[in-house]
Amino acid sequence: MKTLDNLKEIREESVTNLEMKNVDNAIRVVVGLATCGISAGAKPVLKTLAEEAEKRNMKNVQVVQTGCIGMCTYEPIVEVYVPGKEKVTYIHVDSEKALKIFEEHILNGNVVDEYTIGSDEVKSKESKDEEEHTSLMDVQFYKKQKRVALRNCGIINPENIYEYIATDGYMALGKVLTEMTPDDVIKVMKDAGLRGRGGAGFPTGMKWSFAAPNKADQKYIICNADEGDPGAFMDRSVLEGDPHAVLEAMAIAGYAIGATKGFIYVRAEYPVAVQRLHIAIDQARELGLLGKNIFNSGFDFDIETRLGAGAFVCGEETALMQSIEGKRGMSRIKPPFPANKGLWGKPTVINNVETLANIPQILYHGAEWFKSFGTAKSSGTKVFALGGKITNTGLVEVPMGTTLREVIYDIGGGCPNGKAFKAVQTGGPSGGCLTKDHLDIPIDYENLTAAGSMMGSGGMIVMDEDNCMVDIARFFLEFTVDESCGKCTPCRVGTKRMLGILEKITQGNGTMEDLEELETLATSVKDGSLCGLGQTAPNPVLSTLKYFKDEYIAHIVDKKCPAKHCKPLLTYEINKDKCTGCTLCARKCPVNAIEGTVKNPHVISQELCIKCGNCFSVCRFGAVEKN
Amino acid sequence: MQNEFVEARKSEFEELKQYIDTVRNSQGILMQTLQKAQDIFGYLPLEVQQFISDETNIPLADIYGVVTFYTQFTVEEKGKHKIGVCLGTACYVKGSQEIMDKLSEELNVKVGATTDDKMFTLEATRCLGCCGLAPVMIIDEDVYPKMEAKRVAEILKKYSN
Repeated sequence: MKTLDNLKEIREESVTNLEMKNVDNAIRVVVGLATCGISAGAKPVLKTLAEEAEKRNMKNVQVVQTGCIGMCTYEPIVEVYVPGKEKVTYIHVDSEKALKIFEEHILNGNVVDEYTIGSDEVKSKESKDEEEHTSLMDVQFYKKQKRVALRNCGIINPENIYEYIATDGYMALGKVLTEMTPDDVIKVMKDAGLRGRGGAGFPTGMKWSFAAPNKADQKYIICNADEGDPGAFMDRSVLEGDPHAVLEAMAIAGYAIGATKGFIYVRAEYPVAVQRLHIAIDQARELGLLGKNIFNSGFDFDIETRLGAGAFVCGEETALMQSIEGKRGMSRIKPPFPANKGLWGKPTVINNVETLANIPQILYHGAEWFKSFGTAKSSGTKVFALGGKITNTGLVEVPMGTTLREVIYDIGGGCPNGKAFKAVQTGGPSGGCLTKDHLDIPIDYENLTAAGSMMGSGGMIVMDEDNCMVDIARFFLEFTVDESCGKCTPCRVGTKRMLGILEKITQGNGTMEDLEELETLATSVKDGSLCGLGQTAPNPVLSTLKYFKDEYIAHIVDKKCPAKHCKPLLTYEINKDKCTGCTLCARKCPVNAIEGTVKNPHVISQELCIKCGNCFSVCRFGAVEKN
Repeated sequence: MQNEFVEARKSEFEELKQYIDTVRNSQGILMQTLQKAQDIFGYLPLEVQQFISDETNIPLADIYGVVTFYTQFTVEEKGKHKIGVCLGTACYVKGSQEIMDKLSEELNVKVGATTDDKMFTLEATRCLGCCGLAPVMIIDEDVYPKMEAKRVAEILKKYSN
């Protein structure tokens, strides 16, 4: 590939192949094969469909894998595209259903209604318009979304570079290398106002402009794919569903700052992503889109992957660079910033996966296009991973400025099983919990920070009335204690002390003085830590203390856990009126704490009870009450 | 340094040496070398760390420092089957701790430890990124989505032979 025209020719051909324009009665069947899909059993489904097509030697049927379709709850998902017809989305597909779909739909052209997304609960909740939905794009889940970073996820085959090219892939790189100067590129990025999607929200164009003027024999671009925030998986999804977008963006960044080498630092917990990256890098090299003299511009760029080994702190840029260098991932003081002294002391730009995935789009469509989404200070879209107690778990991409309510209720469908919404946790271990009073906040970097949480990488965990907020704070502290690299004493020791206090409270031994102590410690840890991990570690505690202080007080003063979660604070009692004296609970009690005779109400001895909950779960009459 | 371990695993050491030869001239090779070594041996006993040190001229102290820093590296041999329960936030709020407790009870081991018969190692994993399928348990390569504590005993049976 030497010129932009070459690429355009390949694009034409790829579009023809992707849309199967030269094929009569073309049918394209895609199976979602990201980690979620594979875990839910998508591989045998793909195999069945591919075998059926092959067995009949059907040249008009394309069976391919794709990345994350986005609606994890419904995996494995199969989508059938017939030109000129509405796409059909099948959910919870297994090999048996796949066979039926093949025979009914693909061979005979009859949609198998009972397996489509329209057949599920989605319909019953959302079919106010009385219309039958068979396609995913029509359901409420997708209506409010705008897909920029995820635009190809769930649509193209990530292991085929030509499908990426068919969707204008590498056009931005071609345009940048043949028509723009590095300064032009940086200007577009600054104008677009893209901010770091890894959490901190630093303007990407600005970051590049710091590194560009530095003179050095070598500069580096690093893709931060160490997505450690538990509950966030958009970076995995991009890498698995559209890896070339990341490679293209890194090459563009390389050109902008004058770097010729890129590293992708990716979590070892993401084997599928790593494998697809390797395939993508090989394909890009083969077509000359990575390597020497790309587009005959004299610009060289190549990319290598580096695997993490399970350390959350390595998502922090200075720690990440230490890890690539083969050392313990411990953060260091800034300045010098990586743009001046980064990897092996050379100027380095580090961008997160989702940030990078936006870049080819920005360069291809222009800054104005990108700014047409989002708010004045936070342009574009943001991907959120909806998880926890929410009906539609999955990945959603919405314009900045969308409210939490729209994301959680309109798209996410609210809490399942009729439970009451209690809180939403954003920003992972660095963020905080927000309450129902915050639901109408338009989401952007500043608003979330002002409310006591943060954007973070985009994990959004919903909690309902059964989740104890003190225990959630304890859970996050346990995580940070584990993941603190140990360099700064306030973080290493301070978080441990905070965890100790939280454990004391959840066990019912807390005092009101402990709450003051927690706040004092939180301030010290925030002030005395070098990197983001320590500086933000107290956030989950501070935000729960701020918004759910009554729960802390209930644990301390009343010795009760309002969410009935903290075991040491629970009591199990038998309701005499409901107990039939069946003796089941007494037989299942491991410590013989239940007394009673057949057909007479039983009694639990509070002294002997170890609160294992066996009696509660075995009772068929709802007679055991948890308080 | 000659001992039983080195004698018994000669071919594995040879494989590791061949790998080191391919990366020897690159920068920052320690992490990937340790990952390769753990792939080959299953764990990183002192003998393996010493061997890497001898081959790469990286001080053993530095290697030990790195091995003990990252949670994925282990200096102890693991059981035949590795069981991981995701304790990421999404799984945790959906009750993965109960699953962990149940496994710990059934196998009679603590989290992070290996059963006496070396059959199972029970571990808390970091977020696996399939939060939509929470809570998630993983045994070797098999993923058990939307796991429930009451299914633990039955699933374990499948791996007990």
